[in-house]
Amino acid sequence: MSQETTSQAADGDVLLRIENLVKHFPVKSGSLLPGQREYVHAVQDVSLEVRRGETLGLVGETGCGKSTVARCAARLYPVTSGMIFFDGRDITTLSPRRMRPLRREIQIIFQDPYGSLNPRRRVGSIIGDPFAIHRTARGADRRRQVQHLMELVGLNPEHYNRFPAEFSGGQRQRIGVARALAFRPKLIICDEPVSALDVSIQAQILNLLSDLQRELGLTYIFIAHDLSVVRHVSDRVAVMYLGKIVEQSPVDAMWAHPRHPYTDALLSAVPLPDPEHRQQRERIILAGDVPSPIRPPSGCRFHPRCPKARPECVATEPGLAASLGDAPDHVAACHFPVADGEDISLSRPAIAAGERVVESGLIAGA
Amino acid sequence: MTLLEVKDLHVSFRTDDGIVMAVRGVSFGVEPGQTLGIVGESGSGKSVSTQTIMGLTRGATVTGQALFNGRDLLTMTKQELAEVRGAQIGMIFQDPLSSLHPFYRVGWQIVEMLRLHDRQLSKAAARKRAVELLGLVGIPQPDRRLDDYPHQFSGGMRQRAMIAMAMANDPALLIADEPTTALDVTVQAQVLRMISRLQREFGTAVILITHDLGVIADVADDVVVMYGGMVMERADQLTIFRSFHHPYTEGLLQALPAYGGERRRLRAIPGTPPSPINVPPGCPFAARCPYAMDRCRTELPPLEVAGEAPGHMSRCWLPHNTAARQELRARLDQSPPACAAGRLAQA
Repeated sequence: MSQETTSQAADGDVLLRIENLVKHFPVKSGSLLPGQREYVHAVQDVSLEVRRGETLGLVGETGCGKSTVARCAARLYPVTSGMIFFDGRDITTLSPRRMRPLRREIQIIFQDPYGSLNPRRRVGSIIGDPFAIHRTARGADRRRQVQHLMELVGLNPEHYNRFPAEFSGGQRQRIGVARALAFRPKLIICDEPVSALDVSIQAQILNLLSDLQRELGLTYIFIAHDLSVVRHVSDRVAVMYLGKIVEQSPVDAMWAHPRHPYTDALLSAVPLPDPEHRQQRERIILAGDVPSPIRPPSGCRFHPRCPKARPECVATEPGLAASLGDAPDHVAACHFPVADGEDISLSRPAIAAGERVVESGLIAGA
Repeated sequence: MTLLEVKDLHVSFRTDDGIVMAVRGVSFGVEPGQTLGIVGESGSGKSVSTQTIMGLTRGATVTGQALFNGRDLLTMTKQELAEVRGAQIGMIFQDPLSSLHPFYRVGWQIVEMLRLHDRQLSKAAARKRAVELLGLVGIPQPDRRLDDYPHQFSGGMRQRAMIAMAMANDPALLIADEPTTALDVTVQAQVLRMISRLQREFGTAVILITHDLGVIADVADDVVVMYGGMVMERADQLTIFRSFHHPYTEGLLQALPAYGGERRRLRAIPGTPPSPINVPPGCPFAARCPYAMDRCRTELPPLEVAGEAPGHMSRCWLPHNTAARQELRARLDQSPPACAAGRLAQA
C-alpha cells in the first residue's frame, strides 16, 4: 500500500466523490422546431462516495444511468454539471493533458470480452498497450511486465503471441482484467464484467476479481444487473432508477430491509435457484415499463409504476433520507418507505389512473 | 400419452474446421401441460436440439426420432412440418427484435400468422383476434398498439408480442428458447408469470431453454441438464436442486453466488467446455470434474437410473448411492484446491 501513504487525500478514506452529477445527452426530435433540442436526462443529481478498498455496487435496469455515472467518473464523458473528486482532487474539468496521469489510476473492465479486444492484434500487444501509450516500458521490459500481468490473472504467459480468437470468453475477460491492471490503478470500474459469461466461468472471474482486490488493495465500482452477483461482490450498493439514486446502503442492510418500493420489487423479482425458497416469498410484479428519460415523470420518478404511490408522490420529489431506526448510511428517496415485514405486493396505488401505468390482469391475477 | 418424445437425437454440422458434433444422443419427453426446463451453458446443444426438431437447422446431419403426438417430425416433408410449426408448436426466441420483422406492423404480423394456419378466417376476424391476443399478454391499449411497428415497442412488449404470436393458434407445445435472457429482471418476472398463466389457462406444454437455474427453479416441472451435446442428468425439479447426482449439476449450483445467507468464496468449475470438433473419448465433463477417475476419461458412462426419485437419470460412473456420494464430496471439501491470484484455476 505504498501508493496510499504518498497520496495526501483531504478526506481520508474516500477515493472518489461525486457531487450532484447531472448528465444530459442531446437527442434529435422530429416534432420540434429546428434549433430546438430535447435531452435524455441520463443522470440527474447523483451524489456518491466510494471509499478506498471497498466495492460499490451500482444496480438498476437498462437505461437507468448506471454506466453513465461510471463513465462520467472516469471522465470518459464531460459532465453537464456537478463535481467529481478523485483522491481529494477536483477532476471535473481537468484538461486532457493534466488528466493523463490520472488515467492510469482509473481503469475500466468492459462487459463484452468479444467486442473490447481488437481481433487483429496479438494478446501481448493488447495488454502492452497501456505501457506503450504512457511510454513507460518497451521491448523486453514491456514483454516481461505483460507476461507478469498474464500470470497474475491466470493466463499462460506463453500465449503472449496468440490472437483473441484463440481464447474462450472467460480467458478473454482475463485479458481485459490484465490490461486494466497494467499500472496498478486505484479504482477499477467493472461494467457488467461477467454478464456475457456462462455460470461456471462467471464464478472464475468473480473469484479472480476478489483475489486481486485483496492482494492489490483495489477499489471497485461494480455495475451489474444480476443482483445475486452484486450482493456477492459489494460492500455497499446504490440502486438507480431513471437517472437517480433511489436507495443506497451497506449490502446486507439493503437485502434485509429494502426501503424503496423499487428496490423491494427489484430484489423480489430475482428468480432464486431454489424451488422451496420461491414458494415462501411474495413476488412483487411491477406493471408496465420504465418511462422515457426524455420527459421523466413529475415528483418521484417511480410513481407511475409504484404500488404505494399517493398524490404526494406525483407532486413532490422525495430526497434521500434514512428511515427511523435505520443506520444513517442506509438512505432511500421515498415519501412512504417500506416498513419491516410490509408486503407491498398487496398495496394498490392511490393516485388517478392517468398518473399510473395501466394495471393489467398481470398484477391482479397473479 | 407423451406429447413430444425425442429419442437418441444426433446433430452434426460440417464446417471448414471439421465436423461439429453439436448434439450427441439426446433423449427427453414432454407431457401435455407440463414444463420441461433444459439448462446448459453455451455450446451444450440445448438450442440446437429444439431447433432441429422444428426443422430449423439447415445443412445439419440429423439422426434419431422426434415423435410429436406419435408422428416423427424429423421425417416429415417441409409442407407437413410447416403446418405443425406455428399451429401446434409455437416458438419464442431470445431476441424479440430479430424475430419480429422491422418493416411490418406488429398487428399485421399476428394476423398473417393466424390466417396462414386458418384460411377461412376473414381479415376483420383475424384483426379482432390479434387485439385479443395482445390484450391477453398484457399490452396496454391493444387496439391502438396493433398498428405500431416493432421499434415502437419496448423490449418487454416485443417479447410479449412474440408470445402472443406463438400462442395465436393455441398450440399444444410452446418452445421458449431463452425467452427472458435479454430482459431486465422486473420485466423477466412479468414475462415468466405470463407464460405460466397462459399455460394454466390453455393447458399448453412448454419447453423452456435457459442457462439460468433461477428461472428453472421458478417454472420447470422436469429438468434436463445438458453438457457437451449430451444429457448429463434428468429428473423432476426438486430432485435436481436437492438430490442431484451428476457432478456437473453440482458444479452449476455451487458456482452461483448465494442470494441470502453467508457470502462464501464461489466454487468455480475450472477450465472450459470441450471442443465439439475433437470430442474427447469418455465423459465430456471429465476434464473439469473434481471426482474424475481414469475410467471417466476413456469410457462414456450411460444415462441410467440414479437415486430413488422416479425418472431420475444420470450419466456418471460415480456410485448411485447418496451416502457414498456425500462421503466423496466431504473428502474433496477437506482438501480444497489452493487458489491464489497468480495460480487461479485455469486448466
